[in-house]
Parts: sequence; C-alpha cells; structure tokens
Amino acid sequence: MSKPKVAIFDFACCEGCQLQIVNMEEEILDLISIVEPVEWREAMSEKGEYDIAIIEGSITRMEDEERIKEIRNNAKILIALGACAVIGGVNKIKNNFDLDDVKKCVYGESANMPHLDTYMTKAVGEVVKVDFVVPGCPINIKEFAYIIRCLALGKTPEIPTHSVCVECKLKENVCRFEYNEICLGPITRAGCGAVCPTGESWCYGCRGFVDNPNVNAAKDIMEQYGKTIEDLKERMLLFNSKQEPTNV
Amino acid sequence: MSKVIDINVHHVTRVEGHGNIAVKASDGTIEKVEWQVPEAPRFFEAMVRGRSFEDIQSIVSRICGICSVSHSLAAIKAIEDAMNVQVSEQSDKVRLLMHYSEQMQSHILHVGYLVAPDLLGQKSVVPLVASHPDVVKNIIALHRIANQWTEDIAGRITHPITIKPGGFSKFPSENKLRELKAELEGAVPRLKSLAEVVLSLADKLPGFIRETEYISLVDSVGPYAFYHGNIGSTDFKDVIPVQKFEDVVNEYVSSQSTAKWAKWHRESYAVGALARFNLNYDKLLPLAKSVADSFGLKPGIFNPYLNNVAQVIECVQVVEHSLQLIDELLTSGIKPEKLNVEPREGNGVGCVEAPRGILFHRYELDKKGNCVKANMVIPTNQNHANIQKDFESLVPQIIDRDPKEIELLLEMLVRSYDPCISCSTHYLDVKFV
Repeated sequence: MSKPKVAIFDFACCEGCQLQIVNMEEEILDLISIVEPVEWREAMSEKGEYDIAIIEGSITRMEDEERIKEIRNNAKILIALGACAVIGGVNKIKNNFDLDDVKKCVYGESANMPHLDTYMTKAVGEVVKVDFVVPGCPINIKEFAYIIRCLALGKTPEIPTHSVCVECKLKENVCRFEYNEICLGPITRAGCGAVCPTGESWCYGCRGFVDNPNVNAAKDIMEQYGKTIEDLKERMLLFNSKQEPTNV
Repeated sequence: MSKVIDINVHHVTRVEGHGNIAVKASDGTIEKVEWQVPEAPRFFEAMVRGRSFEDIQSIVSRICGICSVSHSLAAIKAIEDAMNVQVSEQSDKVRLLMHYSEQMQSHILHVGYLVAPDLLGQKSVVPLVASHPDVVKNIIALHRIANQWTEDIAGRITHPITIKPGGFSKFPSENKLRELKAELEGAVPRLKSLAEVVLSLADKLPGFIRETEYISLVDSVGPYAFYHGNIGSTDFKDVIPVQKFEDVVNEYVSSQSTAKWAKWHRESYAVGALARFNLNYDKLLPLAKSVADSFGLKPGIFNPYLNNVAQVIECVQVVEHSLQLIDELLTSGIKPEKLNVEPREGNGVGCVEAPRGILFHRYELDKKGNCVKANMVIPTNQNHANIQKDFESLVPQIIDRDPKEIELLLEMLVRSYDPCISCSTHYLDVKFV
C-alpha cells in the first residue's frame, strides 16, 4: 500500500496548531514513515498532489472560500485542525459586532480599500464537508498523531464525547468554581487533559461543546456557586461565539 | 533577444503567515519590485472591545502561535499599567524566564527549521534529516529543551495559561526549576555546536549591506533588554518611554499590504534580533559575547541576513541569564502569592521584545476593567517597509543573475527577518489622548 499523501493548508489563524506539529520533533519522523507530507507552506517549499488535506484556520474572505472548495475537491479526506477551523474559535468574536464597525475600528479611514475586505468568520465545516476534526486551541498533539495513525491504517478515529470535568477529576484538581471562577469544563469536550485547570485557571471551552451537554447539571453548578447563565455566556464568547455568521 | 525577468512568489514558504514577492524587469530595467502581504486580517483590536481584563491575554495570545508568550506578556503589562498593579520581584523574574523560553523556542525554530535548509541547499528540513542528521538532531534537542521550558512555566508550550494580571495563577515548583536548570546547562554545549555549524556556513549568507535605522528596547539599569526598558534607536541618542510608542511607529497603510507599515527617522526601520544586538551589545553576558566574537560581530551591522546570527547569539544570552535567574529564585525559594487585582479605569501600555522585534500593546479599560479601546503594533509590521526598501536596493545589484537565484536571495532575505505575518495584520487608527 502506498503512503497517503498529506498536505497542510492555513487560513485565518495564528498558525499555532501547525507549530504543535513541528513540536512533535522526532515523532514527526514516525508519522512520515506512514504518511507522505507533500505540501506544508510553513515548513516546506515542496508542493504536490494529496489524499489528505489538513486545514488550519477560519474562512473569513470570499477568495478563501473559493480556495477551500478547491482543496475539498482535490482531497479524499479533509481534516479541520484546531479551534479556528473546527468551531471558528477566537476569530468568531468578530461576529458579535457589525462588520463595518469592525473594519473601521482597525483600518480607520482606509477601511474601504479593496484588499482589506473581509466577511463574517466561518468555521471550515460551514463552507465545505469536514470528515474529521482535531479540536482545541492549540490542538493536543497526541490526539493529532492518533487521528493521523488511524487514517493511515484505514480506521475511523474517535475523539472523547465526555466533558473536561472527567479529565480534571482524574488530575485531582480542585474545582475552579471553588475559587469563585466561571469554568466551562462541565460543557466542554475533553481531550486536552484539563490543561487549563491544571495550570490553575478556568476552562475557556476551546475544544467546543460535548455532543450532548448536560445543560441542567451545568445550570445546577452555576446556581450552586451563585453564578448566572449570563456569566457563562460571557465566557463562552471567547471560543464559541455565534456559530452561524450573522451577515455574509 | 531581450531578457525578461518575471518573478512571482505566491505565499513565500517557511515563514509564519502569507507574503508574496513580485519582481518584473526587462533588459536589466526594473519595472516592479514588491514585497506584498495578503494575509487575511483578523481584527483583534476590534474583538477585544468589551472583554474583561481577565480575558484579554487569552484572546490576544491567539494573535500568534509562535510569539504567544510575548503577546501575553505585553497585554498583561499593559493591563497592569492601566490598573496600576505592581507585581512581586518573584513574578517579575518568573515572567522573564518564561519570556526567554520563547526567544529560544522561536529562534531555534527559525534558524534550525526554516533557514538552515537554505544554507545547506535543501528545500526543507525533511531532506536534511538524511543529509545532515547530526545537525538536525541537535536542533531538535534544543527545540525540545526550549518547548519544555515554556511548558514548565506557562502551563503549555503555546498560549500561556498561568500568567495573570498581578502575577501567576501557578508558579513552577523549586523541583521543576532544578530540572530546568539541568536542562539549560545541557543546552549550552549544544548551542555552541549550533553556533559552529552556522559559523561554518556564514559565507553562504549574502554580503548585502544597506544602512537603516534599528529600533529596540534598551535598559540602562537592567540586562540585555527583552522585557523592561525604553525605546532606543541607532539614529537617536536619547530614549523614548514606551508610553509614547505611537510617536515612534508612525503607521501608515500601503496598497501592497493588508498590514500597516511604519517609519521613524528614515523611510523605514528594522526591529528584531539584529536591532537588539546593535543596541544592547554591551550588555551581552560573557558566553554570548564570546559567540559574537567568534563571528567577528560588533554593533553597527547593516546586513539583514546576519539577523540569523544575532538569533544564535541571543539563544546563548537567554540561557546564560536564565541560569542566573534560576539560582536567584532557588536561593530565595518560591513563595506562594495570592492574586488580588481590583479592576479600575485606566489606559496602559505594555512593551516587550517579541523574538522578531519590539511589540507594543495599549488598552483603555473602563471602571469594571472591560476593554474600551485597544491598539497593538507588531514587530513584523514595523519591518515590512524595511523589507521593501531592502528589495529595492538588492534587486538592481543582482538583476543580472539567474531568475531562480534572484528568487532564492529574495526569499532568504524575507526569511532572515523571521516575519510573523499573521501577527502583523492587526492595528488601529484610533488616536489616544
């Protein structure tokens, strides 16, 4: 069996998820033994045809929408890499504002120059079909390696469907609500190893929500600690702002 | 037959973010030389409006995956400046340690993974594994040390968790610091070996020289400046307080770029490792100075390609100073601190040296500590005009060469600045009074 050819493409993002792939160091060499990287602008000058397209970043411009559609057409499998691609991430905070106001705030008098055009942020899955996701900001590199290994072996990867609280308990962390903080652990998809609460800070929900969040349990926790749903929503804005673009 | 040169590099590779190179010439007459930045803008200054001082760092860290520590530190310092929060000496030292880890992480990534292939005649680090295994193994080991270092202090490699307004949510344990010290001691011989490799390839770096203005932090009372200090320039004897950074950067919009350009005393200026080296040379610690000497490097360097050498020297500098800092922290012992920050109205500036140059954040906060206005001026923005001016000077000197060679020299020039383009596309036109 020939090795699947893999290409990595980036759209609007910080490129921190690609950096996590670089940070695999020697383990990249193991991955290269089962897949063949053919295009990766941040690290390589080579270009070529591909079977698996890995997409980092959100779609924020019409020209990018055309590009992602072309990539989708060329790829057998398309993977969304990181919060920006999977749920829109911090880029979607923009969707809470009027678009003209956003442009004017940043570019002032020059806001109408054609090359500065933008539209509401979309996750990759809002533009093309996504086959698999690697959630998180940044991604968990072990999860990424697992997903790539599964695909190289023709298996279907599965990511956690339970909440961050489960992993947090395993780490024996004290609950962040005990520190009077608003933590999104109860409704956020696990898989990060509860890295933020372990760093003694609240969860921002960067991995997106679990498939079936126990909303009533979350409400109970909020009530128990004297917090409101509004408090929760404020914190959710960071990575989980409006999931549908408001005006395209 | 007339010789026509038409170079269009769409999305330069092995740089962070998207940049294009366009050169057009016929019969030696240059019609167009352009460094273009088409990166999708992300509007961070607009997005942080209304967000709490507690959340700002976690948002702006996402401006850049490679310099997330620097953005975090600049934001936290600006918030503390706005709310008049003082931090302990312990927090200050641990922050500097965290900041140094990013300098090394970023410089090793840049010199080792992104630039070394050019010097060793390869397209990427992948074929280097076979052709130069020892070099690659050393780079990987150094990169791993730097990553672990950030993780030990920031809670993870990218997008710090533990840093908070007022100090830290969690300090590294004394045991962690001892482990880190051993790792950094092990990094010293590896860095020397890397410096030797770069020295042996130094003749591959083009001898291009163009005088320009260099700007970086300088600190008359502190160390080689990365974290504290004022704004210094090679064109200007005095220093400017960071609170007045808008007077220095003078941003303007160019039709070639989604990112703004900057100028101060000349039509462009440069920031980054070479700027810091030119302005902070006297503060280099002994080992770092000896590495600089081995390259024969003295302040007053105007060859942009030598930025990569300055990055190697800085890696030695940050490791050398960190070993001192760790000793100081272990001697005094890590003491728990309670974060106790009350929001208040204010306007503050935070300035640090990101690996690729001086970085400014300004926030205006309301009495609840929510952001009203934000402005960030990013190093790569400050370098764009200088890259363009370098192009305009370099291209006529090399226009007779093979187009492939011209293309490579221009790409290498862009890479030498270590541009971080996704950072550089955010700014604001608001005047603060």
